[in-house]
Amino acid sequence: MAIGWYLVVSAVIFSTGAAGVLTRRNPLVILLCLELMLNAANLALVAFARMHGGAAGQVFALIVMVVAACEVTVGLGLIVAIYRRNLPIDVDEMHELNG
Amino acid sequence: MSVFFFFLASIIAIAGAFGVVMLRNPFYSVLALVCHLIALAVLFLLLRAEFVAAAQVVVYAGAVMVLYLFVVAYVGGGDEVAAGTALRILGPLFALAVAIELFIAMLGSGLSGISGKGAPYVLGFGTPAQIGRLFLTSYLLPFEVASLLLLVAAIGAVVLARRRRGLEDDLELERRLREPRPAYTGTLAEGAGVQRVLAAIAATEQLERGGGAGERDRRGLAGSPAGTSDGDGQEG
Repeated sequence: MAIGWYLVVSAVIFSTGAAGVLTRRNPLVILLCLELMLNAANLALVAFARMHGGAAGQVFALIVMVVAACEVTVGLGLIVAIYRRNLPIDVDEMHELNG
Repeated sequence: MSVFFFFLASIIAIAGAFGVVMLRNPFYSVLALVCHLIALAVLFLLLRAEFVAAAQVVVYAGAVMVLYLFVVAYVGGGDEVAAGTALRILGPLFALAVAIELFIAMLGSGLSGISGKGAPYVLGFGTPAQIGRLFLTSYLLPFEVASLLLLVAAIGAVVLARRRRGLEDDLELERRLREPRPAYTGTLAEGAGVQRVLAAIAATEQLERGGGAGERDRRGLAGSPAGTSDGDGQEG
């Protein structure tokens, strides 16, 4: 398959994730949609690594996976802390930090 | 063959992505994301990124998703209220705009490699040996920074999700401290069951102090042989 096809799939997944972040209100699902966007970026990185024949893109993809794991840990910790304080699990209700 | 696998995996990946966004129940969203991640691992294998595919399945679809499932089960992902109409229309429109822009940026970039099948395959491309060598030579600094980031995230998660006392207001704490407790609570004696023995002794004493009248009344009312024999045994 031509590399362009992989990039098309990556773009579709990325924009799906962006739509999810904008339309969903549950922070858990928003984190999942962020994962989608990071994975789309990973797919593009690996596709470009294949295109160039160098493994640097795969190294970047692995680093992105590490960053995603960190983001998940902290995000889920925040959600558990919100739940413990009996606040609603809804991003529209958590607007105290608005400017 | 690779064409078939590419279309199969990419259709599953895109369907999984839509599932994550569309499904109302967060639990099903997580399961859709697991499907999506495994399909992406197949795409990585087609791109000859063996180690990244293995890490994707083991770390992402395995460990991270289990963490998600635990939190969804803990928080109890109920159905959410849908977003306002403005966001529900503008969000997908924005996503469509982003998709079109990405198509233009990537396919219209004029890169000669995009329509090709990639660089000629060299033996050992994408193997753990090659990735590890790169991590420990050219990309040593990102590697160390990533490990530091993992440490910070682990400590941060523990600090965030800890059950903390400091946020409780002082009055509540005072009340809880001054609340009279029954004797022996929170002691080793309680754990060893001393309290039950003491309660039994106290009950017997009360029985004896109450005199035989009440006992006889109860016996007459209940008329059960087991109760009488019990009472006799205690009195004797």
